[in-house]
Amino acid sequence: MVDATRPVAELHDAVVFASGFALLSGVDLEVRSSSLTVLVGANGAGKTSLLRLLGGLVGLSQGSAVVLGIDLSSGNRRQLRRRVGWLGHEGSFYDDLTVRENLLFAARVLERPIDNLTTVLARTGLEDRADTTTKQLSAGQRRRLGLAWLLLRRPELWLLDEPYASLDDEGRAFFDDLLGDLVAQGASVVLSAHDPLRSASLSPRTLLMAGGRIVEGQS
Amino acid sequence: MIRTAWLVAAKDLRIERRSRVLLWQVVPFGVMALLLCGLALGPQRAGRSTAAPGLFYIVVLLVTLLMINRSYAVESTPGTRASIATLGLDPAGVFLGKALALCVELWLASAVLLVGSVLFLHTALHGTVLALPSIVVTLGALAGAGTMYGALTTGGNGPATLLPVLCLPAFAPLLIAGERSFSAALYGGALWEWWVISLVALVAYLALGILLYGVLEES
Repeated sequence: MVDATRPVAELHDAVVFASGFALLSGVDLEVRSSSLTVLVGANGAGKTSLLRLLGGLVGLSQGSAVVLGIDLSSGNRRQLRRRVGWLGHEGSFYDDLTVRENLLFAARVLERPIDNLTTVLARTGLEDRADTTTKQLSAGQRRRLGLAWLLLRRPELWLLDEPYASLDDEGRAFFDDLLGDLVAQGASVVLSAHDPLRSASLSPRTLLMAGGRIVEGQS
Repeated sequence: MIRTAWLVAAKDLRIERRSRVLLWQVVPFGVMALLLCGLALGPQRAGRSTAAPGLFYIVVLLVTLLMINRSYAVESTPGTRASIATLGLDPAGVFLGKALALCVELWLASAVLLVGSVLFLHTALHGTVLALPSIVVTLGALAGAGTMYGALTTGGNGPATLLPVLCLPAFAPLLIAGERSFSAALYGGALWEWWVISLVALVAYLALGILLYGVLEES
């Protein structure tokens, strides 16, 4: 576990190259424990790349990055990945498995107790969809399944890539409510969005990204 | 590793059972290919030709390539890859699980193809049954090698069309050994020597996969 007084993630001049193209070109960022950080910016600003770096899903090319105590320039990214949770805006599951089967697979792989599956399904409003195959779910329901997956896992760092995309007002309100609860319970959440969050109940730190850098809101 | 392998294999087989791609797409394709081979030989020559084992293995090769692509297609959306990566699965377990599932699927497909071989290529029933142990082992080796190469192409960002080209050097000795032992079972010859070669190849590919799969995934 991570020391609560230490930052969950610390990046200094972090650069990520892919196929000769700089996805991130010098990011300085500190993510505190029990906090909600929102990355906003246009398409191609580097939001998803920054989330992927924080999750150990891409390698660090230059600079320094320490996430959950693991140095990304030398440490084991596989070890880090096991401790973060990822929710993408595209499909994140096995389409031909049901909601319950997807969740059971994750729980069994991670050796998490499956007793609280019912609680998680209820919390995400998927009780009556438990035996529906994932490909039959709407975009909002798939997003809820993603959250159920993460609630079952309880990762140390939550990385949510545009979780509000294509959600209706009810879906947004559900997400706002859940995010508030998570942060209150001590979760560290970093999410990306096209626009700043509208919710009055959340007080996130909002960072504007452009050209692979954080250009506004850095503290 | 064994636990992960069972979970991954069960998941892949459940997906296959539900999607029925093997049953409604791959097996009919294989049967049609065998029928075309029989028609190409003609009704008079089919019974007398010694080409049947080779033709059977060419069809098995095509079916194997389709099944490898299918095995990785279920994991190939960026969101699914990221979500599964954050589960931190043991790569050796994933390799064994995917290879086991692919192997079971190939055994099932080949059971139908062998019936097709008897019907359309007029292979002798007794010789076909005698060849079963060598076919079982050869298909296992094909599944092991195919799972490794699948991770290189369809599993990552590599183009899936490269799969046949990359697989060829690994598949060629297996196909030769399989064809030789099938021929020996039908027409007489060194059956067990070729069978042992397939067995050694199976063990070698499984060992390589267990050692290298993590590196291949990361690449």
